[in-house]
Amino acid sequence: MALGIPENVFLSRLDALANWVRKNSLWPMPFATACCGIELMATGASRHDIARFGAEVMRFSPRQCDLMIVAGRVVMKMLPVLQRIWLQMPEPKWCISMGACACSGGVFDTYAVVQGVDRFIPVDVYVPGCPPRPEQLTASVIALQERIERTGTLTGREFAQRITSDGPPVVQPLPDKAIVAPGDALTSTRLWQVDLPPLPGGVKTAFPELEEDQDS
Amino acid sequence: MSDVTGDLQNILSALAERFGQTLRSISSFRDNTRLEVSRDRIYDVLQTLRREFGFDMLIDVTAVDYLYYPNARDRFAVIYCLLNVTTGQRLVVKTYLNEPDLVLPSVFSLWKSADWLEREVYDMFGIVFEGHPNLKRILMPQEFTAFPLRKDYPLRGFGERHNFPVITRAES
Repeated sequence: MALGIPENVFLSRLDALANWVRKNSLWPMPFATACCGIELMATGASRHDIARFGAEVMRFSPRQCDLMIVAGRVVMKMLPVLQRIWLQMPEPKWCISMGACACSGGVFDTYAVVQGVDRFIPVDVYVPGCPPRPEQLTASVIALQERIERTGTLTGREFAQRITSDGPPVVQPLPDKAIVAPGDALTSTRLWQVDLPPLPGGVKTAFPELEEDQDS
Repeated sequence: MSDVTGDLQNILSALAERFGQTLRSISSFRDNTRLEVSRDRIYDVLQTLRREFGFDMLIDVTAVDYLYYPNARDRFAVIYCLLNVTTGQRLVVKTYLNEPDLVLPSVFSLWKSADWLEREVYDMFGIVFEGHPNLKRILMPQEFTAFPLRKDYPLRGFGERHNFPVITRAES
């Protein structure tokens, strides 16, 4: 060897090495809320076997994951939970929005369903379909692997530039009619901490102690 | 009326005798017998059906918003679907409500299943059930201010579903 490097020793950049490792051991967080979750399970099972791409270790704790797969529709009550789970995942992390509902709300264009999770959390790969075939999800994992290999860095500094939302433009709710403070990703359980509008008719509940808890 | 089966006919006759004009109408369609009751006696009628005529199962409590409905006289209807488990008799009891007085007595003391059913009607239509042990929203978030199944509420809402903080990639 001209450079004096012995056999079976390779030169590379640390970035490339980290990317190679990361892309081949994606640990998914299955955020499966609807029928897309069934296809997600099929993708993980033996016939389609996502283990071929190193992504078979489904973890149900966000702290052990680096790939969130949002599979299914997300409603207003669930979105703060989704955001909290996303914030709990350690860097570097990626997100696949699986299926029509997660990408755009799908057919559920109603008052309660969020019209695409990319409005509120960053999404790297979109998978169309209702629900997508396991092959499509596999293809999205491969696409994400290519993206990680191409753009990834050891310190994850490629994320720092994405300071604006990747999703569609923000829709402003009607100020005087919409609710004021629906979501708080940091607490996500917010049942007793908001000023509830008074019940019509001045109804008393049978649990005054609960009401006192709300006040305090 | 003619196709109301025997035992149920007896029950309806006894009810008509006791409550008189309170029963606004009795009708039937195929095997479906409907009883319309004025709202101030609805609890008494349901209590009688529960205690004396053995309708021991409350299948459903639901409501209808008749806004924009042709020839409708009242805004809301609240509907109780009852079942007598022993005899298999079914009865649909219906009452009408108008704004601003959207209050009905809770039937939680008669059927425990009224708990979540009445909460759902309250959540979707804003009809208040007085005496309910825990009347709060069951499906929508607690801080939601509208009643989404009312006909004057738009299908896509007032933008509540867009009113969340946006997390960008750099800050997460």
